[in-house]
Amino acid sequence: MRKQLLSSALILVVLAALFLWAPGVYSNESVLFQLMVYLALAQGINILYGFTGYLPFGYVGFFGIGAYGMSVFVTLFHVPIVVGILLGGLTAIVAGIILSPLLRLSGAYFSIGSLAASQILYYVVSNSSLQNVTNGPYGVNLISIFNDAQSYDAMLVVVLLTTAFVAYLRLSRFGKSLLAIREDWVSAEMAGIPVVRTRILVWLAAALIAGLVGAVYAWHISVFYPESVFSLPISIFAIVFTLFGGGATVIGPIIGTFILYGMYNVIGVSEPQYFQLIYGVLIMALVLFLPRGLMSLFRRRGIRGA
Amino acid sequence: MAPERLLVVNNVVKIFGGFRALDGISLDVSAGEIVGLVGPNGSGKTTCMNIISGLYRPDGGDILFKGKSVRGKSMHVLSKSGINRTFQTPKPFKGLTVRQNVEVVHRRADRKASVDDPLEFVGLSHLSDREAAALTSGQQKLLDLARALTAGPDLLLVDELAAGLSPVELDTIAERLIEISRRGVALLIVEHLLGFVNQLTQRVIVMNAGKEIFEGDLASAAQNQRVVEVYLGQ
Repeated sequence: MRKQLLSSALILVVLAALFLWAPGVYSNESVLFQLMVYLALAQGINILYGFTGYLPFGYVGFFGIGAYGMSVFVTLFHVPIVVGILLGGLTAIVAGIILSPLLRLSGAYFSIGSLAASQILYYVVSNSSLQNVTNGPYGVNLISIFNDAQSYDAMLVVVLLTTAFVAYLRLSRFGKSLLAIREDWVSAEMAGIPVVRTRILVWLAAALIAGLVGAVYAWHISVFYPESVFSLPISIFAIVFTLFGGGATVIGPIIGTFILYGMYNVIGVSEPQYFQLIYGVLIMALVLFLPRGLMSLFRRRGIRGA
Repeated sequence: MAPERLLVVNNVVKIFGGFRALDGISLDVSAGEIVGLVGPNGSGKTTCMNIISGLYRPDGGDILFKGKSVRGKSMHVLSKSGINRTFQTPKPFKGLTVRQNVEVVHRRADRKASVDDPLEFVGLSHLSDREAAALTSGQQKLLDLARALTAGPDLLLVDELAAGLSPVELDTIAERLIEISRRGVALLIVEHLLGFVNQLTQRVIVMNAGKEIFEGDLASAAQNQRVVEVYLGQ
């Protein structure tokens, strides 16, 4: 327990130091920012999939709705940006409450259902009859509040909070309850765990994370369109990063994101055809040989840690 | 004075599609008592357990626990009220260790657990750091039992615990179940191994086609013509 607490604290310190120090030595801050976006989203997927077994292909829906929630409150109601970000997170929670009946589904049905739900959110937001509120398909311009340094720091805060929440789940009885539900919901109920309520709580926590990430992302890029913040590859990337590193751990999604997003930036942009090939082979190898992610290699050797 | 009736199942009906799995079953269990629920395959024993433990909602009738209706209550509420169970096919949290399997159980606040160390009690404490997935089927059943005991139940439903256990394990577990009952926990035991039931109790309820066809001691059940007919065919 003590060891796990220490390793989680160490991970948080290293992440904070790395992202505070990196802009000084690496000029492409946009890549660092995107890396943080995926670190937070991968942990959001980790909370949902790693701990409860729900694989949300439509996770990007909460990201997009968070981006739009923040933008609407900032542009129409002129709230301060920090309040706007929190309201972006809240908007995602509201979307999560509306979509909570999805949790009645399981396995592939849930994944497909959540994908469809994210498309519904996309079509609602981009609908031209909502042009007065969301600007419909014509996108959002937040250039008046653009601040790359502050939004970078805000994203770092979201990454650290999200990672700390996963560490809490790893160590707490609540996190163990989630794992119990993932393994066998009937036994979990009989063990006195209120399964439905617990699942909804975690679903909303994951929605909040994606909403906050989306809101800060919107602030950082300041000009965006519905199709860019409801883009399916955002979900897929975050899912693959989590699965690659290993769910239900603190470090797994971080390692997965650093390796795969790093690889994407090294060869994915310059030579996309090789990237697609290597990515495909990596994912196949993962499914065949390490279905529980890279971290399971350590667990097999008795190293539990974070 | 008659012993307090802890559980009363009153005329319960459960229908799956057009099939009446339970067709007006009634039974009762008193505090600290051991009752055997026996009958041929498909007679409705496990459905009855699933109804009492809240996994299924009954289509008719009522279930009273400690004098109050618990019909339609969810399993986690019943667990906290004092009903717990094991499963015919063991259902451990496979990715968790044996110790974590019992640690996640919500102990009832209003009652001290009848067993201080459930893992020690069922003989699994030496495996407490092992993943539950690595246990044998028999050990997983004992883990189910340990988990149920951790909640501190007043009524424990034991669903075919004996199947898959070795004769030595059977004797040990029979002793353990009697010990649990001595500590005030009522046991309703579904079992095919009548010799095992005989070690535990003389009061059995024999079911067939979703109904009770006999209630009494096991020796009389063996002499009862209807019971013999449903077991051996006419």
